Amino acid sequence: MTLKGKVALVTGGARGIGRAVSVRLAGEGAFVFVNYARNEQAARETLRLIGEAGGEGKAVCFDVADHKASTDAIASLIKEKGRIDILVNNAGESRDGLLVRMKEQDWDRVIGTNLKGAFNCCRAVSYTMMKQRGGRIINVSSVVALSGNAGQANYSASKAGIIGLTKSLARELAPRGICVNAVAPGLIITDMTSAMTEEQREKVLEEIPLSRLGTPDDVAGVVLFLASDEAGYITGQVVGVNGGLYM
Amino acid sequence: MSIEEKVIEIIVEQLDVTREECVPEASFIEDLGADSLDLVELIMAMEENFGIEISDEELQKIRTILDAINFIKKKKGMAS
Repeated sequence: MTLKGKVALVTGGARGIGRAVSVRLAGEGAFVFVNYARNEQAARETLRLIGEAGGEGKAVCFDVADHKASTDAIASLIKEKGRIDILVNNAGESRDGLLVRMKEQDWDRVIGTNLKGAFNCCRAVSYTMMKQRGGRIINVSSVVALSGNAGQANYSASKAGIIGLTKSLARELAPRGICVNAVAPGLIITDMTSAMTEEQREKVLEEIPLSRLGTPDDVAGVVLFLASDEAGYITGQVVGVNGGLYM
Repeated sequence: MSIEEKVIEIIVEQLDVTREECVPEASFIEDLGADSLDLVELIMAMEENFGIEISDEELQKIRTILDAINFIKKKKGMAS
């Protein structure tokens, strides 16, 4: 139980990578607030899995893109537990399409959730972590932040923005012993990637040296490590979890 | 507790300095060894304790303990 006594918040914890991260952190003893925006049923399933892993958690509903809603919700959960040790900014969405035809709202929406959402939550935990003289923030970026991807100008820009946010905040908070890192998953089997055609999947598999798609657990293991005491000398880094897709 | 006493108590706690060092004309950065993060923490602690808001422009003008005390008195509608 490496995270016993710690309090964590995982945004977008109802499904996919966020669910796997929530379950791993709770399984190691952290109390996990599982944030979701819409899918309450899925958040309940995450809590059930947390219980199965012998952990504890609670679902909290707010839209990370909404500055006031996320600030208020995070303030109240910090008040409830008296501290916050781990923030995993995982909530994200994609609205793919070629830039030449991309709608303004598809750009704004993806940047709003993925990048501003991360800002909102980082800001809401920073002061408490500063006072605690410690904490961990792990931001979920993406391989496409580094490689780019046709059809994902909005998504890749938001995920590249997360890397800049991560590195700047790592510098700002380092004097208080707070580590801020990013993970950059490659192609992970989740609802978000299920829209791919078999043909697209085959093609991308040829590019992955480990010749398989990743699982949410592949990512959760790295997040757990970055959240643990073992990773106390790592900050401002971007850890690729992509089977070698991008090196 | 007076505003002066409360301000000094917050400074002693936040900046890890002694009460003796907290003379009114002491500058947070030059005399009390605060860095930019310390200043932000200090200001946020004052906002919390006194129930006021301090803007970044106002923050620029607060250099010494006396500045902080006068500023808070003004915000609270008390003569300095």
